[in-house]
Amino acid sequence: MNDDLAQFRDDLACTEVVELITEYLEGALDDAERRRVEVHLDSCPGCSKYLEQMKTVAGSLGGLRDEAMARELRGSLIASFRELRKR
Amino acid sequence: MPRPIAEQDEERLVAALLAGDEEAFAALVDHHSAALLRVAMAYVPSRAVAEEVVQETWIAVMRGIDGFEGRSSLKTWIFRILTNMALRGGSRERRSVPFAALAAAEDTDEPSVDPDRFLPADHELFPGHWVLAPARWPTPEEGLLSGETRAVIVAAIDELPKAQRTVIALRDIEGWSSEEVCAALEISAGNQRILLHRARARVRAAVEAYFGAVEEIDYDAVTAHLMGDTAKRHTT
Repeated sequence: MNDDLAQFRDDLACTEVVELITEYLEGALDDAERRRVEVHLDSCPGCSKYLEQMKTVAGSLGGLRDEAMARELRGSLIASFRELRKR
Repeated sequence: MPRPIAEQDEERLVAALLAGDEEAFAALVDHHSAALLRVAMAYVPSRAVAEEVVQETWIAVMRGIDGFEGRSSLKTWIFRILTNMALRGGSRERRSVPFAALAAAEDTDEPSVDPDRFLPADHELFPGHWVLAPARWPTPEEGLLSGETRAVIVAAIDELPKAQRTVIALRDIEGWSSEEVCAALEISAGNQRILLHRARARVRAAVEAYFGAVEEIDYDAVTAHLMGDTAKRHTT
């Protein structure tokens, strides 16, 4: 068996890597595990794409921040705040 | 987008609240209410009840600000009041459930990706490797939240189980750190990561399904390529 094939067989399976992606992104893996994930990602376009898409999802959601509800609440709360602080 | 309330501003903010500064109070309400509502909705059965809990929390914050000693951040203190409000029931029946119990109920061994998209675990050469791999998303420059994908993402988040939805909302929508989420929801770092992973994986899957962005890997070609390399090496 040549080196490339040998590496494929020692490698983590993609099924394992996709479950480790968030721990990898969060810096929660130990050095050895992180290294194994990185070795796999270097040679696996599918898992690299998966990682990239998980980052894209995580990085996009900030745009959904919605303060409409806060504005509804504001009016009545400010009135209560004023009352309370007068006392 | 409001300016984030930095920690060094906190003392000034508390002093302003104590002095009865309405603008400071309004800014605080604007800044935290959406997240308070998200967390409250994890505990109580309906949005209406969650809104009541948020209202009551703000009233408790106003009343209790004199007693805030700065031992935790103001944000942690406010969210702890919310959790107590949500859990203690109040006059109406709230059927509130502790977050850890919710999280435990959602802790199944559900895979992040459909197992049918990989070769079987006993495959001779490439066990557990992609057959239908993720492919590039045709996202416009403005990003995932422009156009129809925004609705796809909002629907995917709405459909998440409560604990997953709360964690992804606090981390990725509200931009909290993992430490802040663990403190507010009283869950372990490991639990927080599992919930975040499941939630992001489901949203990713929804976007992928919408785009139909999968690519079939031709393992005959991969094997031939690798074998070809071997043959070449042997002949040189």
